[in-house]
Amino acid sequence: MTDEPLVLGIETSCDETGVGIVRGTTLLADAIASSVDEHARFGGVVPEVASRAHLEAMVPTIDRALKEAGVSAKDLDGIAVTAGPGLAGALLVGVSAAKAYAYALGKPLYGVNHLASHICVDQLEHGPLPEPTMALLVSGGHSSLLLSEDITSDVRPMGSTIDDAAGEAFDKIARVLNLGFPGGPVIDRYAREGDPEAIAFPRGLTGPRDAAYDFSFSGLKTAVARWIEAKRAAGEEVPVRDVAASFQEAVVDVLTRKAVRACKDEGVDHLMIGGGVAANSRLRALALERCEAAGIRLRVPRPKLCTDNGAMVAALGAEMVARNRAASSWDLSADSSLPVTDPHVPGHDHVHEVSKENLYS
Amino acid sequence: MLLLALDTATPAVTVALHDGTDVIASSSQVDARRHGELLLPAVDRVLAEAGLKLEAVTGVVVGTGPGPYTGLRVGLMTADTFGLALGVPVYGLCTLDGLAYAADIEKGPFVVATDARRKEVYWATYADSRTRLTGPAVDRPADIAEQVAGLPAVGAGALLYPDTFPSAHEPEHVSAAALAALAAEKLAAGEELPAPRPLYLRRPDAQVPKNYKVVTPK
Ligand SMILES: [Zn+2]
Repeated sequence: MTDEPLVLGIETSCDETGVGIVRGTTLLADAIASSVDEHARFGGVVPEVASRAHLEAMVPTIDRALKEAGVSAKDLDGIAVTAGPGLAGALLVGVSAAKAYAYALGKPLYGVNHLASHICVDQLEHGPLPEPTMALLVSGGHSSLLLSEDITSDVRPMGSTIDDAAGEAFDKIARVLNLGFPGGPVIDRYAREGDPEAIAFPRGLTGPRDAAYDFSFSGLKTAVARWIEAKRAAGEEVPVRDVAASFQEAVVDVLTRKAVRACKDEGVDHLMIGGGVAANSRLRALALERCEAAGIRLRVPRPKLCTDNGAMVAALGAEMVARNRAASSWDLSADSSLPVTDPHVPGHDHVHEVSKENLYS
Repeated sequence: MLLLALDTATPAVTVALHDGTDVIASSSQVDARRHGELLLPAVDRVLAEAGLKLEAVTGVVVGTGPGPYTGLRVGLMTADTFGLALGVPVYGLCTLDGLAYAADIEKGPFVVATDARRKEVYWATYADSRTRLTGPAVDRPADIAEQVAGLPAVGAGALLYPDTFPSAHEPEHVSAAALAALAAEKLAAGEELPAPRPLYLRRPDAQVPKNYKVVTPK
């Protein structure tokens, strides 16, 4: 137990400054400072506001995580950090902190992928990830279907949204229905008292010729908004609960249908769902129903681990240590468009040594 | 005393070690787009050159700008985190003060100006190399031409706008060596150095990227 790697992870890809500490697959601390309220009046994350907040919050959040975990920094086996994808300036604050911390403590540094971290976090909830695992990541920022053979080295994109993120659609519809914000939880609540079959809203990209694993929520968003407007224009009352239920059903129907199909097509018997939308009760229920019918085991971490946090970065970092993956170099940089196929950013030192030998031998 | 000084508020990524008497090692690279990549290797190199380990450092000095934000934060975040890990104090010094010190002008007044992009400069005026009179501020060169008329000027911002700063000269960029020497001098004189807080001077641009996470009021 104690020889499992003790890793601190730093996440600053968007508006949350997250610092988590794990030992192997055990969560020890998950400290978060959020600048979400500072962005609210702009209707979206303002990168410069987020970056300024990360700089302010970083040292206190590291301190808090260490206290929460009850460990000493010198006992850490490595420092992991989100190297991308995300907002460039925001990522760079976290990368700078992680590099300085690792260097000062004399520990290896692991620059890791944000999306792979969202998958790996489930190890803290349900133990080691089965290999392979299919992962559905859905939030205000992501909607993708990924196949992971080995979370430290092999993550393959199966599909992703071609327009809006799923979480975005929830926010938009909640706004049109005057339900307040954020949209996810409130739609979920109203939908429970509504009829999901009351209105037949379109299922995007589900035609026979459409990309099997890609998503589209922009058309649905527009269709729901138009339906509501038409009701209002006709002077009729909008059946909020039925609209919420029918809209939500359209989203989670497509998400779960495509995820289960991908599992079947690839012969994968595990599906994990991560990202903020994973907290949606209907998504969980329908996914469970369809997974059970298809003989697939469903894994969904608790909501706090589904949204952006430092523990997920630490979880992937610990896996990098456990599997002896190459550490990153001191010149690690933030990569706002780090491909999902790169679970981490290994250093190049050893490569140079090898190539030198090849050159002169 | 062993001070580690660093500054990333200008296109220069600059690092120096100062033992209280002299600068014992330093490095400066000019590359405005790679502060994040260059800083840590530079710290490592400077320590190796001096034959010392980071644990030997008794204080960290960091340029607090003003300067382009993304680069500026690399230095500040690095300094803050070194302070946390080593348990040593982190001191902030205005980057323009470092340039003024390096200019080594005994009788002013003179101007220090750096490039603030968007056709503006970060600038301050000095009575001598150790005494700031005004600023720092951010302005368009043409708008301050009257205030700086006839004054000698240093820094890349002055060199960039000869119409406003006809007598601009070197140094172009700040050096951590100058910053370290200035800090050592102030500490020896018993002066208290400011906390490492960024001098942004401008409000953040409220630009929300398209197709990114939506954040809305609760
Ligand atoms: Zn995320």
